[in-house]
Amino acid sequence: MADVNRGNRPLSPHLGIYRRQMTMITSILIRITGVALVVSALLVVWWLLAAATSPEYFAFADGVITSFVGDVVMTLSVLGLWYHLLGGLRHLIWDQAVMLEMDKAQMLGWIALIGSVVLTAITIVLV
Amino acid sequence: MRYLTDRKRAIGNGSARQGTDHHWSMTVSSYGLLLLVPLFLCAFAPMLGASYADVTAHFAKPFPAIVTALMIWISMMHFKNGVRAVIEDYVHGFARELWIIIMVALSYAIAATGVFAILKMAL
Repeated sequence: MADVNRGNRPLSPHLGIYRRQMTMITSILIRITGVALVVSALLVVWWLLAAATSPEYFAFADGVITSFVGDVVMTLSVLGLWYHLLGGLRHLIWDQAVMLEMDKAQMLGWIALIGSVVLTAITIVLV
Repeated sequence: MRYLTDRKRAIGNGSARQGTDHHWSMTVSSYGLLLLVPLFLCAFAPMLGASYADVTAHFAKPFPAIVTALMIWISMMHFKNGVRAVIEDYVHGFARELWIIIMVALSYAIAATGVFAILKMAL
């Protein structure tokens, strides 16, 4: 009987037991935004295809994308795009083996979180 | 003892049949997108809500057409490689292969459709 205690042993800590950490949340958010952005890509390409097809089809696609729901989706897309960009930039910086200390790594996380909101606001105001 | 030399493992002849290619492809496309995203937003965003005539005229110009086509192509290749890492983390067995294949197909389909639309307006 080598393993009588199967199923009742202490497990190594998994996601559920960790205190939420900033570096962890910001990393997960990169994945979520990266995957979610394919929806934005689909919408944008659909809109472009409509513009290349006919005025009637363009009117339909443009109506969908510039509707209230469309505006919300596009705004979230820009936010996700900027966040993914800043979060990715963080990885490019880390790839150079710099800014890996805890406080600096967390600072980069805050820059990505706050910077994406600021850049989204700038994008909406300017374009 | 190992039968593979370090060099062979690095260029991708180990059990995974790939070396650092995936990381390198993500790095290259990341740097490219770092530049393309702001250019794309400038070229694309003002056209949302513009008239049909304005939109088709806009994407017939070289700069918006090239930037938008590049953005679509490079970002979809970045997505193709990036989502693969996500799938490999959460899906196992045949479902994993199927999801990777579906996402590769979707990436190329979106990229080709986007570039086709730009070309049609530009030419």
